[in-house]
Amino acid sequence: MVTLHHYLILSAALFCLGIFGVMFRKNLIIILMSLELMLNAVNLTFIAFSRYLGSIEGQIFVLFIMVVAAAEVAVGLAIAVAVFRDRGSINVNDINLMKW
Amino acid sequence: MEAVMFYTLAAVSLISAILVVSLRRPIHNVLFMIITMIGLAGLFILLHAEFIAMVQLVVYAGAIMVLFLFVIMLLNLDQLPLDLDQRSSKAWMGIGLAVYLLIFLIPVAMQFTSIATKPPAVPAQSNTELLAEALFTTYLLPFEVASVLLLAAMIGAVILAGKKTPGNVPEIVDKRRTY
Repeated sequence: MVTLHHYLILSAALFCLGIFGVMFRKNLIIILMSLELMLNAVNLTFIAFSRYLGSIEGQIFVLFIMVVAAAEVAVGLAIAVAVFRDRGSINVNDINLMKW
Repeated sequence: MEAVMFYTLAAVSLISAILVVSLRRPIHNVLFMIITMIGLAGLFILLHAEFIAMVQLVVYAGAIMVLFLFVIMLLNLDQLPLDLDQRSSKAWMGIGLAVYLLIFLIPVAMQFTSIATKPPAVPAQSNTELLAEALFTTYLLPFEVASVLLLAAMIGAVILAGKKTPGNVPEIVDKRRTY
């Protein structure tokens, strides 16, 4: 018997893996990918609640999250390309001009 | 049957997500990310969200991950000798934060006992029909605003990643003057 708890715990685990990736990795592209992982975990939560509450709104939200994720990836990767042209590296340790 | 499907798909998604954040070569990360996406799409089908599952496959596993692959190949990151990831105390703090958040999130997830065990019956209408009905009536304005967001993102990406060589800009100005 699969309950809502199963889905929520799975999505919490995926979200924490995404946070781990953002904190631990230094490659800008991997960090962007970890962000995608976190967004996907949230999508899973929305869909699970949409199913167990019997409401379609959760799936509408997921559609909009996907739109935002696509926009975020396009701009993020464009920034990665621009940074790579400027610095010759996408290691986030090399991008510290605005670091306090 | 549902439980077997759930545990298989959950294991596939979790293991490949772990590989996404831990493997060194960016190409491998992207390929395992695609497997995570496919596993999640299977879970969406299990939750009777068939349309979202297909969008997940086409947009995420198809378009977004191909974009990642393109950038990795464009920048030749696989040949680039990247520094090893930092293994200092700051990085371990990141792991600690992730584990702490997981410990914090699990009791929150266990709270929803009243709706958790028995989902309502699957509606007779198809999932796509229901979704389209809500999207094009109640949520029509957000839908249109989303298209503006996508346009803005497209223009932003073109401007950010566009080539800015010094000789490029005056050339365009000269061409305009001849018209």
